[in-house]
Amino acid sequence: MKTVVVIGNGMVGYKFCEKFVAKNENKAFNLLVFGEEPRVAYDRVHLSEYFENGDAEKLCLAPRSWYDERGIQLYTNQRITEINRTEQSVTTNKGEVYNYDYLVIATGSSPFVPAIKGVDKKGVFVYRTIEDLEETMQYASDIKGGKAAVLGGGLLGLEAAKAVKDMGLEPHVVEFAPRLMPRQLDHDGSTALEQKMRELGIHVHLNKATQQILGNGRIEGMEFSEGDSLQVQMLIISAGIRPRDELAKSCDLKTGDRGGIVVDKRMRTSDPRIFAIGEVALYKDMIYGLVAPGYEMAQVAVDQILGRETLMSETIDMSTKLKLIGVDVASFGNPFTSEEEAHSIIFENKLQGLYKRINISKDGKTLLGGILVGDASDYNMLLQLQQNKMALPENPEDLILGARGGEGAALGNVMDLPDEAVVCSCESVSKGVICSAVTEDGHESLKSVCKSTKAATGCGGCKPMVVDLVNESLKSLGKTVKESICEHFNYSRRELYDIVKLRGIETYDELLDLVGTGDGCEVCKPAVAAIFASVYNETANRQETIQDSNDRYLANIQRNGTYSVVPRVAGGEISPKQLIALGRIGMKYDLYTKITGGQRIDMFGAQLHELPLIWEELIQEGFESGHAYGKALRTVKSCVGSTWCRYGMDESVSFAIEIENRYKGIRSPHKMKGGVSGCIRECAEARCKDFGFIAVEGGWNVYVCGNGGANPKHAELLAEKVDKETAVKYVDRFLMYYIKTAAPLTRTAAWLEKLEGGITYLKNVVIHDSLGIAKELDEEMQRYADTYKCEWKEAVETPEIRARYTHFVNSDEPDSNIEFVPMRGQKMPKAWTQ
Amino acid sequence: MDIKELNTQAAVSFDNVKIWYKAAAVDKFPINGGACVLYKGKQIAVFNFTRQGSWYACQNLCPHKMEMVLSRGMIGQDGEHPKVACPLHKSTFSLKTGENLNGDLNAITTYPVKIEDNFVYIGFLE
Ligand code: SRM
Ligand SMILES: Cc1cc2nc3c(=O)[nH]c(=O)nc-3n(C[C@H](O)[C@H](O)[C@H](O)COP(=O)(O)OP(=O)(O)OC[C@H]3O[C@@H](n4cnc5c(N)ncnc54)[C@H](O)[C@@H]3O)c2cc1C
Ligand code: SF4
Ligand code: FES
Repeated sequence: MKTVVVIGNGMVGYKFCEKFVAKNENKAFNLLVFGEEPRVAYDRVHLSEYFENGDAEKLCLAPRSWYDERGIQLYTNQRITEINRTEQSVTTNKGEVYNYDYLVIATGSSPFVPAIKGVDKKGVFVYRTIEDLEETMQYASDIKGGKAAVLGGGLLGLEAAKAVKDMGLEPHVVEFAPRLMPRQLDHDGSTALEQKMRELGIHVHLNKATQQILGNGRIEGMEFSEGDSLQVQMLIISAGIRPRDELAKSCDLKTGDRGGIVVDKRMRTSDPRIFAIGEVALYKDMIYGLVAPGYEMAQVAVDQILGRETLMSETIDMSTKLKLIGVDVASFGNPFTSEEEAHSIIFENKLQGLYKRINISKDGKTLLGGILVGDASDYNMLLQLQQNKMALPENPEDLILGARGGEGAALGNVMDLPDEAVVCSCESVSKGVICSAVTEDGHESLKSVCKSTKAATGCGGCKPMVVDLVNESLKSLGKTVKESICEHFNYSRRELYDIVKLRGIETYDELLDLVGTGDGCEVCKPAVAAIFASVYNETANRQETIQDSNDRYLANIQRNGTYSVVPRVAGGEISPKQLIALGRIGMKYDLYTKITGGQRIDMFGAQLHELPLIWEELIQEGFESGHAYGKALRTVKSCVGSTWCRYGMDESVSFAIEIENRYKGIRSPHKMKGGVSGCIRECAEARCKDFGFIAVEGGWNVYVCGNGGANPKHAELLAEKVDKETAVKYVDRFLMYYIKTAAPLTRTAAWLEKLEGGITYLKNVVIHDSLGIAKELDEEMQRYADTYKCEWKEAVETPEIRARYTHFVNSDEPDSNIEFVPMRGQKMPKAWTQ
Repeated sequence: MDIKELNTQAAVSFDNVKIWYKAAAVDKFPINGGACVLYKGKQIAVFNFTRQGSWYACQNLCPHKMEMVLSRGMIGQDGEHPKVACPLHKSTFSLKTGENLNGDLNAITTYPVKIEDNFVYIGFLE
């Protein structure tokens, strides 16, 4: 039996094993793997996620048992110190010697640390392994609230800067070049990105050559060539990578001038029995710091060893999309064409920090590459157009501006891609393979398609496309695409809504017995609870144990298990007398108070048993629930409007109060927010809300489907210059239609995005009654308005409900574990220790 | 009481129970939901899994952020495991074995429950 030895159990080394065992059917080879790191290969690409969840297991590419089951001998925590080419053997740091028939070097690279005076000081880190992160996190927690710099403004540096920010430090990026991501972005793209970074609170310093690291033993600052300096207590170096070719050098394999083991298109080094793959391999005079080329190299090496003539691609795609940091940045194909080579179409909107550039061949036929900053949602499609040299639309600018005027997107449909189009570049999975997994091999869910084809299991950037391909393929088979809500119900929310309504089902268990399986879970219970609330306008008090945690106790749970209290302040209008009442009650129960972003007052730190006492007093003062805990109407934000404001066109406060009272208490798939502005200066931010009204000359403009939050979207115009009654009628219908048809936890904007026909279709339903359901929608909304009751009043007045508010069933003692600490004259929960 | 200590305490099984503590009447516990019992300074979450006709008990402390909240979590089923989802960040734990089903937090301690004469009893070692 022949032996293959792999040095390095990193991402590419692992991929080699995976591909090797898949093809080594007759088991003609032994496979031995040596890894220097203490753990088995993990997903370095998603290293930063370790900050978020501290979960090394989640990053693991395959558990140790995976290797065992496949007969792979894996030695972690063992470094190879020597290669003896004549003996065909390797030696470990423990002095053990192993022979090979073929050797695969997959030793990756190490971070490049420039020789700056003082880089050896405490508090200077690199960013490559889980251990690096652990040390950095440890140090960061010692300098809480301090400043930290990242040396290097490339892809990795920016990712590190975001991680530093998440560690609670003030992040600074220091870049030698005059722009950020110099390898991927042009000057204007970098400027747009810089603006976005600043918005995220990341400081950017360009054109800075670091001369020395200041500090006495520990880093205290950085000094630059012009004598200026920056005070920081920590530094992460992300200044590029150096291939780990030290073994190759010591056994005289051919290496490049600037490092890297020279390989041919068979991934062979200068010794035909030795292959090099991944970030250590120098192919066509380049090191490729990305996983996709590494994975392709792994495939080539596997095939070569097993006697198949697979060759490495001539050109390597270096397209990249920045992940994780909350800013869309992508660069694909050739981002920097010159004027002789190509026409560039550039779209810039400085206000929104958008920059898009596409480079079109001189003949106008093909897309050569481009840059996207601020909005990279079209990255996947553009990349496909470029890679497959697909025909461009008549006006190529539509690619970045969207088709103006006509319907339909300029980018066309995923199904238009040729079958060979590589959709997942990490695993090189083509469109054809994904589609036939559905049509030929019978996979029906995204999960099983990804599992069998490996698509979307790398960086995950292609996932939206894979979703579309799977759904379209299912449709082509005449199968309905199931958006079943969880393993207990094989139905979408919309279907369950109809079942509940048509069959008159009234309890969760009844529904589960009738159309579900098993005993339910935390996904379907709240979703079904919301359906009952919508169909019967029932409060969360009736079936309390199927409500989401916050609904169950009609309050938002806080860090230490206490709750917050938010009374409704419709339209944000509050009298001095009410303010005094809130102040008195807040003082009596020692609550922390704060003005919320929704124009009302939140009182925090109430213990479970205090909630009914506090609400009883609030209700006596004329307050009612603000539903701050529910998937329900939150607030309708108002501006002061024509009663006081010199520009006001109409009474925005009165309208906001009226509308907030109309929709209060209604449960919906997600929370809903509204806004009313008295003129187009838009002080109430009505266009950032699920529904908004803006007073204009001659009536109200009605906007729908906007939100702030994680994915901000401006609302779209539904109707112009209509009177108040009409405006309310349209919004009634819009909300009712949304409540009936949206998937769970889908805000209106996300719902509209999925609604075929978009805003035009919605207008037809709401204004022109194209579905013939307007009357029904009107009546249902009116019934809500007529049957509203304050659920807190109900809770306080009903002894059985009130009895739920005790910490212990067998004792009246309060929970002795709750601890507060003082803060600025008020209090806050004692910080979590882990 | 030292929070860390409770988290590492050995689970009690039916056979090694020394003390059956009479906690409260059955109807004090919500249908298909939980409530918290205080026993010698310990907080125990007790669940009335009405749908399965079974009862479960475990520590009230969620090992994720060390908060006393599990009794307010929602119960459900994950394959073979009856489970509870923490109300703070939805970590789920098997009510049978205590293991964390959607992550790798420490397992929680579970306790046996029996019902006699419409009263809920929880089994302890001491
Ligand atoms: C208290 C408040 C922050 C503040 O101190 O100002 C707040 C607090 C919370 N927000 Fe918010 N949001 C608050 C205004 C906002 C706003 C501003 C606004 O409404 O104008 C936004 C962006 C606007 C929007 O929603 O479109 C906002 C976007 C979110 C989101 C993201 C929603 C999205 O679609 O992306 C969440 C998460 C979610 O709902 O899933 C969230 C969730 C939360 C939760 C409920 C998280 C939780 O489950 O514990 C916080 C509960 C605090 C508590 O216990 O009371 N909060 N939240 C604000 C309460 C407003 C109110 O009076 O009810
Ligand atoms: C934070 C971060 C984010 C990234 N993001 C992306 C991204 O979004 N997209 C992308 O395509 N790429 C990304 N990358 C790059 C990607 O991780 C690398 O391209 C990939 O890991 C290279 O795989 P490799 O196996 O060649 O090297 P590695 O994964 O580094 O593995 C090499 C292994 O060999 C071991 N080794 C070295 N010498 C020896 C020896 N003598 N004996 C035994 N073992 C040895 C090393 O300890 C290491 O475990 C990112 C990298 C980092 C650090
Ligand atoms: S943004 Fe909202 S959800 Fe996030 S911490 Fe602030 S209040 Fe909580
Ligand atoms: S405290 Fe329980 S999941 Fe976070």
